[in-house]
Amino acid sequence: MAAPAVSPTPRHPAFVRVTHWVTVLAFAALVLSGVEILISHPRFYWGDTGHSGMPALFQLPIPASRGHVPTGFKTVLPDQNGWSRSLHFEAAWLVVFAGVVYGLMGLASRHVQRELVPSAAELRGPALARVLRDHLRFAKPEAGYNVLQRLAYFSVVFIAFPLMIWTGLAMSPAIVGLFPGAMAVFGGHQSARTLHFLGFGLLMLFLVAHVAMVIRAGFRQRVNAMITGGGTHQ
Amino acid sequence: MSEISRRKLITAGLTTAAGAAGLTAAVRLADRTGLLPPGPTSLYTPGDTLTYAAQRLLTRHTLAREFRRDQISPQPFPNPTSRKSDEYKRLEAGGFAEWRLTVEGLVERPMTFSLADLKGFPVRSQITSLACEEGWSYVAEWTGVPLSLILERVGTMPQARYVTYHSIQRSWADSIDMDDALHPQTLVTHTFNGADLPYGHGGPLRMRVPRQLGYKSVKFINRIRVVDSLKPTEAGGSYSWYAGI
Repeated sequence: MAAPAVSPTPRHPAFVRVTHWVTVLAFAALVLSGVEILISHPRFYWGDTGHSGMPALFQLPIPASRGHVPTGFKTVLPDQNGWSRSLHFEAAWLVVFAGVVYGLMGLASRHVQRELVPSAAELRGPALARVLRDHLRFAKPEAGYNVLQRLAYFSVVFIAFPLMIWTGLAMSPAIVGLFPGAMAVFGGHQSARTLHFLGFGLLMLFLVAHVAMVIRAGFRQRVNAMITGGGTHQ
Repeated sequence: MSEISRRKLITAGLTTAAGAAGLTAAVRLADRTGLLPPGPTSLYTPGDTLTYAAQRLLTRHTLAREFRRDQISPQPFPNPTSRKSDEYKRLEAGGFAEWRLTVEGLVERPMTFSLADLKGFPVRSQITSLACEEGWSYVAEWTGVPLSLILERVGTMPQARYVTYHSIQRSWADSIDMDDALHPQTLVTHTFNGADLPYGHGGPLRMRVPRQLGYKSVKFINRIRVVDSLKPTEAGGSYSWYAGI
């Protein structure tokens, strides 16, 4: 009997596809609303105190949506914080739900262990160097997740997103009161805010690299696979 | 119609009905247990409700973080406010001797307090962070009368659900639920870092709600009202009514 031409297992299981696109939607809302919130005070500090009346740790070279912020620009942008904050937290809830579903189903189905956790062999120097070299030469990716993909996906899902939620909650006066120890580890409200911003930068870097790699690997085919599950494991 | 599609249709119908009934029951239960924020429904109601319900379940009895004296910010930032009204200037010229705080609404004994009356109340001092929704923050020591003591003095009626507080500056007011109104750290403050509360920080009287963001800490308050419901305009401004996050 001839083996079937395609295996019945889709490239991406349904829970991965659903949580992926829910996260895409929520992430877009988080970035848009996050930037709107950010421009009300594009200066960053460390510790518990940070405001217009003191020097900043660093500041972005953009105007602010509040007149009292010393940006060096005469322009004052329109205040959009009301809906931005509500949208930011609504999208954050969506990401939390998607993350919990993905994490639980991913661990239970061993998807995470199989696809995202690199093997010890992949982490050895020569193997790692070979994958890196291929990447830098923009070689067409091979089938299956390589070690850099595994490391990137694993860190985004299980390190970067939880840290964004954690640093975000460390700016909530009610949650800081509930878990003073867990929230003070960042060094204060302003440290948490600065780390939240740096985490946003890292996630944007991931987004750029991720989309660039998808384009390199065949945009239509890969996006299609993430929507319909199409394509198969080889 | 084939057997399969009819069965699918019935299943889908039943699921939708059960879902709608479940949602209605959940909303009613949440409302009875005080887990629904007031205000008109909008695109952001699901998120606002989740945040409010989660924080009410988790933080109903928790305190805002208090800091050590050496953590007080060297230069606390006074957020710019609109120009002093004529009424404010008149009261300021008289050393605020005629400043009055009226407490009314669903109370047994509506009362009016002078600053001297309020300074005669037992005080609470706390070193807390004031975090603005814009992103900046500072730590300062706030001293004042717990709102719960004032509410005890006037006697709130059982149907009280919210407390609104009003600034002498026109169209500036806000409101909190009874959990926050009776919370030991919710203060009617008159003293800031050991001195009279200055104009820039809301003197002579400012409501301090340290478990929420700065915009719930209304400056220059002269009227408190106990109510059983909020008008859509009172609960549905451009900013989220609940600001614990």
